[in-house]
Parts: sequence; C-alpha cells; structure tokens
Amino acid sequence: MEELQSLMGGFAIALTWFNIALMFAGIILGVLVGVLPGLGGANAIAILVPLTFGMAQQPGGQVSAIILLSCIYWGALFGGAIASILFNIPGEPWSVATTFDGYPMSQQGKTGQALTAAFTSSFIGAAVGVLLITFVSPVIAKFALKFGPAEYFAVYFLTFAAFIGMSKGNPFKTIVAMMLGFALAAVGTDTVTGTMRLTFGITEMLKGFDFLIAVIGLFGIGEILKTMEEGLAIKGAEGKLNMRVVWETWKELPKYWVTTIRSSVVGCMMGIVPGGATPASFMSYGLAQRFSKNGKNFRNGEIEGVVAPETAAHAAGTSALIPMLTLGVPGSPTAAVLLGALLIWGLQPGPLLFVEQKDFVWGLIASMYLGNLVGLIVVLTTVPWFAMILRVPFSIMGPVIIVICAIGAYTVHSSMLDVWMMLIFGVVGYVFSKLNYPLAPLVLALVLGDRAEENFRNAIKGSQGDMGIFFDNGLVGTITALALILLFLPVTTAVWAKVKPK
Amino acid sequence: MSDMDPQHESPSAVSNRSMEIIVAAVTFALGALVISDSLRLGIGWGDEGPKAGYFPFYIGLIICIGSVVNAVLASLNRKAGSFVSTAQLKDVMRALVPMVLFVGLIGFLGLYVAGAVYIAFFMRWIGKYSWPKVAGVSLGTTIAFFVVFDLWFKVPLVKGPLEALLGLN
Repeated sequence: MEELQSLMGGFAIALTWFNIALMFAGIILGVLVGVLPGLGGANAIAILVPLTFGMAQQPGGQVSAIILLSCIYWGALFGGAIASILFNIPGEPWSVATTFDGYPMSQQGKTGQALTAAFTSSFIGAAVGVLLITFVSPVIAKFALKFGPAEYFAVYFLTFAAFIGMSKGNPFKTIVAMMLGFALAAVGTDTVTGTMRLTFGITEMLKGFDFLIAVIGLFGIGEILKTMEEGLAIKGAEGKLNMRVVWETWKELPKYWVTTIRSSVVGCMMGIVPGGATPASFMSYGLAQRFSKNGKNFRNGEIEGVVAPETAAHAAGTSALIPMLTLGVPGSPTAAVLLGALLIWGLQPGPLLFVEQKDFVWGLIASMYLGNLVGLIVVLTTVPWFAMILRVPFSIMGPVIIVICAIGAYTVHSSMLDVWMMLIFGVVGYVFSKLNYPLAPLVLALVLGDRAEENFRNAIKGSQGDMGIFFDNGLVGTITALALILLFLPVTTAVWAKVKPK
Repeated sequence: MSDMDPQHESPSAVSNRSMEIIVAAVTFALGALVISDSLRLGIGWGDEGPKAGYFPFYIGLIICIGSVVNAVLASLNRKAGSFVSTAQLKDVMRALVPMVLFVGLIGFLGLYVAGAVYIAFFMRWIGKYSWPKVAGVSLGTTIAFFVVFDLWFKVPLVKGPLEALLGLN
C-alpha cells in the first residue's frame, strides 16, 4: 500500500489553511463560471493561469497554484448542473443530459430534490474518479517510464484518432479543426532545429500562438457571440434548498445504487479515453433509461435521470486527469489547459512527475478528495446566490465577461496583439461551433502539437525514416493498431450501415 | 438580445451551405500557406533527421484534403438551412462591433477606462438602464478589477491618461 502512504504525505502537503482557503476560492469561482455563459472551466482557468505565475515560484507554491486551478475545474463541473436544473440552460456541454430530467423536476416544484441529487451524484462520481487516480495512475506512470519517442507518439496518435473516430457528424471537420491546431502550434521557432517556421517575416509571430489566447477566444468570446444571437431570456425556478429536502433526498438516493455504479464505470472509462465528460453523460443517461424500471418516466422529471448523467460527467471529468498526469496527454480541453499551466510553471507532465515531483503529484491528488468535499458543501449551501447571479441580465453580464476575457488575454504576455488575436479566435469559435467544427481537438492539438512533433521526429530519426518503428514492439504496435482502428471507425461504421441487410 | 423573437420571421443572411464553403475555402488557403512555407524549409531528410518542414507539410496537406472533402460534402447537401438570419446577424454585430471598439480603445485609454466605457455603453445601449445604474455598475466593476489585478495579484494592465493623472502607474 505504497499509494496510501504517498497519499497521506499528500494530505500533509495540501492541508494548510492557505490551501484550504484557495480551495474555497477556486470552487466558488468555478461554480460561478460554470453557471455563467461564456466562462467555462477551460476558459476561466486559462484566464487565471497568468495570475499564478508568481504563486508558483514560491516554495510549495506549485501545489497551491494547482489546487486553485483544479478546484475551479471541480467547481465548474458542479456549477453546470445549477443552470441546467433551474433554467434549462446547460452551463457546460456535459450538463445537457442533466436538463432532460432536472428541468422538468424543478418545473414540478422538486428543485431541491433535483439539485441535491445532482450535487450528491457529482460528488460520488468524482470520488470514484479520484480513487481511480490514486491507485491507477502510479501504475500507469511506472509503466510509462519505459516509453520512448515512438511510444509517446503512438499515445498522442491514439488520442487524436479517438477524437476522429468518435466524432459525431462529419469526421473531416474534426480532422481539419485538429490539423489547424497542429499548424498553429508549429508557428514560431522549430523546437528541434531552431529554424523559424510559418512566421512569414513577421516579428510578432516568432513567439507563436499561445493556447491560452485561443482558449479564451474560442470558448469565451465565441460563446458570448452565440448567446447574443440566441437572445438569452432567463425564466426559471427559484434556487431554494433547505436542509430538510437535502436530507430526504439523501435517504432516497441509495435506491439508485445500480445506476450510480454503472454511471461511475461509464464515466471513468470515457474519461480516460479522450472524448471526456460530455459523451459519458449522454451514454450513461441512455443506459439508465434502458435499464431502469422507471425508464418510461425519463424526461418527465425522474430523479434517476439526474443521477446518471451527473455521476458519469464527474467521474469522467476527474479521471480525464489520469492520462494528463501520467502520460502528459490531456483528455479534455480543461485538462489541456491544466497541462499547459504545468508546463508554464516548469513542470513536465508525464511519468517522471511521479518520480521527481512526488510532493506535487500527491499534494494534488490529496487536494482532489478535499476539493470535492468542499465543493459539495459549497454548492449545497450557496445555490440561491448563484441562482441570483444567473438572473442578472445579459446586458450587464455580457460586457463584464468580455472585459474579464480581455484582461485574461492581455496578462498572458502583456501584449495588446494577444487581445486582438482573442477577438479573431472568438469569431472563429462562433463560426466553427455553428457549423459543428469541434473546438476541443483544435485546442488539444495546439497544446500537444510541439510535443507530438518532437516525439515523431525523434522516433523516425532513430529508425532512419522507417515508419515500421511504430510497430517495432508489442507495446507500440498495440497502441498504433488501436489508434488505426479508432481512426477508421467512421469508415467501417459507414460501410457496415450500407452492407447490413435492412 | 432583441426584445421580440425574430429568428423565425427574418430572412436568412447567409445560408449554411455558403458558409460551409467559405470556411472550407479559408481552411484550404491556410493549408496551402502551411504547405508553401514547409516547402521553403525543406520537407525531406536533413543532417539532423527530418527537416523543419517535414511535419507541417503533411499537416498542411491533410488540411487541404479535408477542406476539399468538406466543401464537396457541403455543396452536395441540398437541404442545409440558414447559417444566420439578418436579425441574428444584427444581434451578433451589436455585440461584436462594440467589442472591437473596446479593444481599439484600450490602446488610448488603458484597459480600466476602456472597460468602464464599454460596460456603460453596452448597458445603456442594449439594456436601456438608467444612468445612475449604468454608472454604478461600470465604475464598481472597474474598481473591483483594479483591486484584484493591480493591487492583489500585482499584474499590471494597460494604463492610460487617467491613471497617469491620478498617479496610479
């Protein structure tokens, strides 16, 4: 039980008053951005990364900084449910499935039950995810220590192939979005040879495109433009929640233990495979609907229909950090931004983190247990306030959010050019999301582009250009083969649909 | 943010199909740009393994191929609806144009003053709030930003003439 010992050490590091205060601050901020349109988890963390530069330089400060940022992540996961249940507006994509039964429940006057069920399931899902992180990630990290460039590239390839294979709609849109991310990542100095690439003689292009700017623009500004277009009229229930209702609901929840377990498993599996929380929540909702004896009543305000997607979304959101920490491969845009933050603080995510930065890793893992507990307490006690913030008209909230985005973009490099870039990315984000070009693979490619390319080039340099290196041994061969299978999944399913007798 | 619900009545400004083809054309052009610069850098094998243009060349190539496929798929799709109606486009522009002006103003007025002006303008123009409310919210949030960013986190933002006058630089 080496892990338990490390975990205890982690608690010793994470449990300072300062860190606990940061946890509360992070969770409250996270719930806030999860509730508001235009400020998701990924985007809010991107805005705050520059503010943590100073904090991360102090001794032990990296742990504090990651606690702040990861708690924003947990908070955003919790916050998504509030807007879904009260106003039928999913604050985050993974909360869409929560609206199916959450909103009807609140229409029937069962807001308290719906919120309690959502928060509690979220907490349980996250707890399962954190347990998985505690016991599985050291094993994966140990295993990954043997990885060479070929294995790493194969893992990146698998990540990106999964996005293409599991994309809804036209896979070529996913491919184009992803490759644009790679192209943007290539701009600037080539990390291997030091030559200037794709700068076209413009000095400002030398430093390349910063993913933080892209995230703030694509998700923040893009979302605001979409909200403007849709014309947000908020009508919804009061966010009241008293302890008696919480208690009554808690007594009822153990009845749904099968759904909870199933949803946790679905969530953890989907979280490790890139694709993340959103498909996990839908899949788990679908399964619950099929297998529950109340399945017919789903979409009419069934509490189980809130339990299933929330458990899965949180389990997935949490376990998405496993590949991020152990392999340096984030499974979601938010995990990608956290990974970028680690790189900025001078930490190399990957298996060596578990050897060289034990304090950091276990401090973070311990903080996840506490952070989610803090999250549950915060959301159960503060829902009415967040519901009030949601009622603030968009003509006030909109410009304030945009000013925050501009400040966030500016502070990355203290450069006005970045603020203009943010606007351009915002328009791109608006057009892309309206045409169903996925934004997540673009961001992931932008973050991972340089590392993927470096490993690819080192791998084929070693083999003198022979692509056989990616099938050289059982390990790398298996990963590559899996990636290829996923990559051609859209083709095979399309062919199968044609061939299959009707 | 229109007061009425114009989405259903107002005519389409751009069809989904045209927008798909425009976007595909733009991504194709970007792909071609990447290819051209990669060719300049060399896409073959150098002294230290693959040259700097090797990886981006294939990225550019895939972008171009994908863009062509997207354009063809879009032009084959006969029942694509409207990308944006004129009323929606007007709403988006009502957000976008002030946003661009705000970013433009930052250079002259500094981030705080430009932000306050922008929030006030938006509240008055779109939200039709009374002047006291407009002043309260825009000044209040700006002061809050100043306290958080300048005083608390000590990240200096762009300052303008007003801050110089007040000696806050």
